[in-house]
Amino acid sequence: MCVCSAGTRPVPCQSETVGGNSNFQILLVRWIASRWLALSRFVPYTTVSRFHRRASSWLPYVGILFLVLLASAAGDEKHISIYSPVADYSLNVSDRDGREYVGLLEILEPLGTVTAKAEKDNWKLRFNSIEAQFTNGHNRSRIRGRDFELTTRFLMENGRGLVSLDSLTTLLPQFLGIPVVFHVNSRRLFISEAGTTYTAELSKSTPGKLVLNFSRPVNPSIATEPGKLRMSFVRDPLLASGSSMITFDDNAISSASFQESNGAAELTIAGNVPLLASFSNDGRTITVGPAPASSNTTTPSAPSPSPPSTAVLPNATPAAGPAPAVPVRHFIVMVDASHGGNERGAALSDKLAEKDVTLAFARRIRQELEARGIPALVLRDGDATLGLDERAAAVNTQRPAIYIAIHAANDGSGVRVYTAILPSDLTSHGPFLAWDGAQAPSLGMSQLTAAVITTELRKKVAARAMAAPLRPLNNITTPAIAIEIAVPSDEISKLTSLDFEGGISVAVADGVANMRSRLEEQP
Amino acid sequence: MIPRHLKIATGILLVAVLLMGFFLWRMRRREAQSETRLADKSAVAPPVAGPTEQVTLYLAVDDPGVVRPQAARIPLPGGRQQRAQELLRAVTTAYLQENSQHPIGPGAEVREVYIVDPGLAVIDLNAAFADGHRSGVLVEELTVASLVQTLAGNLPGINRVKILVDGKERPTLAGHADLSSVYDTGSVARMVEQLAAASP
Repeated sequence: MCVCSAGTRPVPCQSETVGGNSNFQILLVRWIASRWLALSRFVPYTTVSRFHRRASSWLPYVGILFLVLLASAAGDEKHISIYSPVADYSLNVSDRDGREYVGLLEILEPLGTVTAKAEKDNWKLRFNSIEAQFTNGHNRSRIRGRDFELTTRFLMENGRGLVSLDSLTTLLPQFLGIPVVFHVNSRRLFISEAGTTYTAELSKSTPGKLVLNFSRPVNPSIATEPGKLRMSFVRDPLLASGSSMITFDDNAISSASFQESNGAAELTIAGNVPLLASFSNDGRTITVGPAPASSNTTTPSAPSPSPPSTAVLPNATPAAGPAPAVPVRHFIVMVDASHGGNERGAALSDKLAEKDVTLAFARRIRQELEARGIPALVLRDGDATLGLDERAAAVNTQRPAIYIAIHAANDGSGVRVYTAILPSDLTSHGPFLAWDGAQAPSLGMSQLTAAVITTELRKKVAARAMAAPLRPLNNITTPAIAIEIAVPSDEISKLTSLDFEGGISVAVADGVANMRSRLEEQP
Repeated sequence: MIPRHLKIATGILLVAVLLMGFFLWRMRRREAQSETRLADKSAVAPPVAGPTEQVTLYLAVDDPGVVRPQAARIPLPGGRQQRAQELLRAVTTAYLQENSQHPIGPGAEVREVYIVDPGLAVIDLNAAFADGHRSGVLVEELTVASLVQTLAGNLPGINRVKILVDGKERPTLAGHADLSSVYDTGSVARMVEQLAAASP
């Protein structure tokens, strides 16, 4: 992974994606680029054979072709999403005989106790107390001792029983005893599920803000592109509410549309300016409005940063569109409530998870910063699952004056303020920075800020500043610190005490306020 | 009137029953103790025998949150890879002791250490090491620093260390300390110094 440098402020590359596939793509691109450079730049022209000169011209195209093939292979993967009162989950769908099939055991597993046994061509299934038998290549099956006709053939592969998606609406009620609703085109199956509905209302403020109220808490992944903000709901049984397309008479937000495809529902908000989504009301409300002006600091002679393709998280405000002619830097503090969603962090007690404590502290620190006239954003302002790369990409896109990650622990006592540890050997890649060493240009300022905040904290509690191998600190291009608030196990209730929370938050906010002028001087 | 010989026989039988009951109770207790010993997953002492050598183990101390060098004499085999394994097993054994100043979860073990030229050591921890590890930035940092520094301090030429869990890469040790990167021993040495300097 890498970040591209735009002047002195690097931002994520446009082609940046997260996951194992991206690593392979980057390695491939690096290899192709190195071969191309070796052939076309560094080898003296006179020694370059005709073959090499030809190779130097077609290698980049081969690389692009590889990437397109890889991307299309990943994009072709089909999913079915199943929503039930017990669990909401997604499964892979495979094509057989021109039809779409899914594993029956995998569908039933989250819904009850299920066992399956393959005997020659027969596949026996027991779901709770219901027994069924299917035969490979046949439509006829027996469920609860009675014959049942599948709409398409049952298939058995390596002991795995596959049924076509067409069969699900008639087959599943045999096991579950309740009807199911299947959105065939989008492959979304609702089992006794009322679904989540929403209302969209444009506030009268200037500029306008679109307030989306959901009937239940939601946790979409959010991606932005110039003029659009997409919210993808894979695990949420979101249903269209009324018209699938709503248009607004507003300068900033022009429309909101609902689509379903490949096991997911998507809400797309179109606008004429870069948009920002923020969560509130425990994930039941999402407010979409114009993003604050980007803090680009590119000089006119430097190339404009490419807008990032995705920022999969709440509150992400990627810079979109061309850089302003006269760059204006806004002082924003990004407070990150570490962990969240499925990733609970440390179990601080039987009932208290680290993710809840970090969120409470992050919100309180934002409040204290705002009370001092310092604009602040909470990166995870709800119970969303965010990967470390996603957090880093969001921060590098937003480019705040400082990033502060919050952690909590039940070992020891006091507050520890961390800065990143960087590899000793940071090889230069021209305009590119190594992902693991993206913090390098800002490390000095991070350490200074950590020291100032530690001094403020020491007025109230024991505090120390040190380095730690803690991601995403080393992936962040702006000054970045992490704060770990620790209390002994037998005093864990202190972590939720408003007085304690307030004391720490005030000290952190004071420290940032003291550093404001220095941080504003940052290029 | 019960005949005398019947009374004597009954008495003898009662005593025999009591003795057998006591014997059975002892047997069951011994068996339970034996099962407990078998179920004890704590790491066994280094299996290497032979002459001992003086080494420096870098052991984490939770309070005040530092990594301290500690001289120890442990039997070490000849090969670098085997020496690395025994060094880290000695560290793990120290953490599994009852009075450890940096306790780790039961069953924690260093499965293997591979020395990959040039200067790269790959530590493979078992799943119990990571799964049973306490979660927290400092507590995880101390463990990582202790393992890396012990290798770097005793095996000259080791300048990078990668940590795996059950042969696979994990993003973090227990939610915080990064395991996705390769540790630079120079950076870790500075981190250990900083921990000592920052300790209260």
